[in-house]
Amino acid sequence: MVLILVSPKKISSSAPLFAASHLTFIPNERHQSMNQAARITHGNGATCAGLNPKQRWGALIAGGSLKLLGLSRRSASGLALAAAGGALVYAGARTKLPDHFEAASSLLLNFTPEEAFRLWRNFKDLPLFMYHLESVTQIGDGRYRWIAAGPFGSPLRWDAEIVDERQNELIAWRSLPDSEIEVDGYVKFRPAPAGRGTLVIARVLYRPPGGAAARAVAKMLGKDPKFMMRQDLRRFKALIETGEIPTIDGQTHGPRSVATAAMRLADPDRPIRGDAEMREILNAKRRIA
Amino acid sequence: MKAVCWMGVGKMSVETVPDPEILNRRDAIVRISSTCICGSDLHLYNGFIPTMEQGDIMGHEFMGEVVEVGAGVDRDKLKIGDSVVVPFTIACGNCFFCKRELWSCCDNSNPNYWMAEKLLGSSPCGLFGYTHMMGGYAGGQAQYARVPFADVGPLKIPEGIPDDRVVFLSDIFPTGYFGALNADIKPGDTVAIWGCGPVAQFAIRSAFMLGAERVIAIDRFDYRLRLAEEGGAETINYEQVGDVVETLKDMTGSMGPDSCIDAVGMEAHDNSVMYFVDRAKQAMKTETDRPIALRQAIKACRKGGTVSVPGVYGGFDDKIPMGAFMNKGLAMKTGQTHMMRFMKPLLDRVENGDIDPSFVISHRAPIDQASEMYRIFCDKKDNCTKVVLDPWADAKAA
Repeated sequence: MVLILVSPKKISSSAPLFAASHLTFIPNERHQSMNQAARITHGNGATCAGLNPKQRWGALIAGGSLKLLGLSRRSASGLALAAAGGALVYAGARTKLPDHFEAASSLLLNFTPEEAFRLWRNFKDLPLFMYHLESVTQIGDGRYRWIAAGPFGSPLRWDAEIVDERQNELIAWRSLPDSEIEVDGYVKFRPAPAGRGTLVIARVLYRPPGGAAARAVAKMLGKDPKFMMRQDLRRFKALIETGEIPTIDGQTHGPRSVATAAMRLADPDRPIRGDAEMREILNAKRRIA
Repeated sequence: MKAVCWMGVGKMSVETVPDPEILNRRDAIVRISSTCICGSDLHLYNGFIPTMEQGDIMGHEFMGEVVEVGAGVDRDKLKIGDSVVVPFTIACGNCFFCKRELWSCCDNSNPNYWMAEKLLGSSPCGLFGYTHMMGGYAGGQAQYARVPFADVGPLKIPEGIPDDRVVFLSDIFPTGYFGALNADIKPGDTVAIWGCGPVAQFAIRSAFMLGAERVIAIDRFDYRLRLAEEGGAETINYEQVGDVVETLKDMTGSMGPDSCIDAVGMEAHDNSVMYFVDRAKQAMKTETDRPIALRQAIKACRKGGTVSVPGVYGGFDDKIPMGAFMNKGLAMKTGQTHMMRFMKPLLDRVENGDIDPSFVISHRAPIDQASEMYRIFCDKKDNCTKVVLDPWADAKAA
C-alpha cells in the first residue's frame, strides 16, 4: 500500500501499467507464508489504477489533514508533513475510475516446484491449459509474442518481456509498448509445508482494449478475469498431476432440447479419436474460452 | 447403442445414441453386462438436483468388459478383455486427496469443477451420470460407457463370479459399508438406521460385521422392513408408531442409539407437520432438501454418539437441530463413498461367502423397460427394492 501511495502513476494507454514500478506488486520476500498467499487470493477482480474509491477518499482526507497540520507547525518537519500531505492529495485527485483489472489466485499442486516451474516456463505450451491463448512464441531474448482469442474470435496480440525470473520460484513479465492489450503479471512457486507439493500463486493485471465496454462483453461471456485464471490454474494442476485435462467434450448423449442444443452451439462437441496425440486432443477441445 | 436418457423431470427414455469414444489418454471403454438403478437416480428423476440436461445418459452402477483402452492407461492395471466393476466415483489417483485415499474428493476428475464450487465451496470428484455439476459424464445405463482414469477406479473381477454378486460393488455395497464405518461402531453398540432401501440393507449387514450388538431399522414399507429383519435388524414402521425418537428411546433404556445412520437423504417422508412444511418449501424453492431423517437422527442419538450420513443431500436444509447436535456432543461423518478403499476388501468378503449381495435384487429387466422400472422403483410398487437392467437382453433373445 505504502509503495503504491508514494508512487501514483499516470496510466496512459501506450505505457505498460507498471513500466517503472512493477516491483510495487512483485514482493521481494522469498519465503511467503501460506497466510500471505491466502491474502493475495482475496484481492477482487477489478481495481482502479493505484487506489480504489475508498482509498481515494481516504487519501484525499488524510492528505488534506496532514497538509494543514504540517503548515500549522511552521517548521522544517512541518513543511515535510505538508509535502507528504500534498502528495497524498495529489494521489487521491489523480486516481481515475477503474480502467484496468486484476486477477489473483493460488492453487496447491501435488508436485514439486521444479516440475511446476518447468512446465510453466515452457511458454509455448501455455495454451495447453490456458484455453483463451492461441499461441506464445519467442521473438527475442526474453521476449515473447502472445496471441489470445479476443471477443468474437478476433485475435488479440501483445508482446511481453520477462522482467524477473528466479529458477523454480518466480516468473514475472510485463507487456511492451504498442501492445493491443496490456498484460503484466507474475507466477510464483512455493514449496508447501509438510510435503504437500507446491503453492502456485499467480497475479495478472491487464487492461483490455475498449475499457469498460470490453469488460462488460467479457463479463457477459463468462470471462471474468479471476474466473478465467482459476480455470487456467485448475487445468494446469490437472495436466501436471494426471497428464491430462478432464473433459466431456465430444462424449455421447441422447437428443438435446432446443435450449440445450443452442447452449451447446457455442461449445461444439467434437469426436476425438483415441490414438490422437495429447496436443491434438487438447487443441481439438480448446474452447473459445 | 441403447442408453437410458434423462429427458426431463419424471421422463426417462431409452434412446439409440452414438457409441462412446475415448476422449482422453487414460480413458477406457467398457461393454456393460449389468447395470442398476440407484435410489440416488430417483433424485434426478424427480428433478431435485440441478444441472441435468435433456439427453444426459443416466446410471452410475455398472460393470462389464473392457473393450478399448487409451494410450495413457497403465496396461499392468487394466487391459482389453478384463472384466471390471466400475465405481460410481471418478478419481485421478494423483492429487492431494487421492494420495490420502479420499477418493471421492478427487480434485481433478470434475471438468465442471466451477459449477460445484459455486454451490458447495469446492467440488467433489466427477460422477457418472449425475448432473453437469458433478462432471456431466455420460452414465452406465447403456450398452457401453467411457470410463476416465480407467487405471484407477475399475476393479478386476476374477472369472466365474456371476454379475449379481459383484455389481453392487459399484456403489451401494461400499456405500452401505462406508455409512456403517462412519458411524464409528464399537462392540456392543446399538445402531439405528433410517431407511431400508438397498444402501440401508448393506449398512445393516455392515454394522453387524463391524461389531454392532443391535441394529434398529426404520422405514414405512413392510417388504423392506422384512428384508431388514432378515439381515438381523429390529424394525420400526414409522407410520405405525407415534414418534420415532420416543420409540428409539424406549427401545434403548432412554439413552438413544449409540450411532445413527441416515440412509434416506433429501427426499425423506414422514407423517408429521414438518414434512408438509418441507414439501411446501421445496415447491417454493426456498429449501432444496427434506432433512427429516437427519433431524430425527440428531435428536435420537445418544450423548457423545455419532451420526453418519450416507444419504444424499443436494443443497440447503432448514431446522437442523444444531442445539441438540452441539449440546449432546455429537459427531457427524458423511461424504460420497471413497470407493477404492472398500471395493477390494468387500470383493474378498463376497468371494469368501461372508455375504451374497444379490439378496437386494427384486427386479430384473431388459434395458428397454428402464422407463417403467424407474416408475415402479420411485413409487415403491410391486415390492421394488433394486432393479438390475440387462443392456443386451434383445441380443441374447435373438
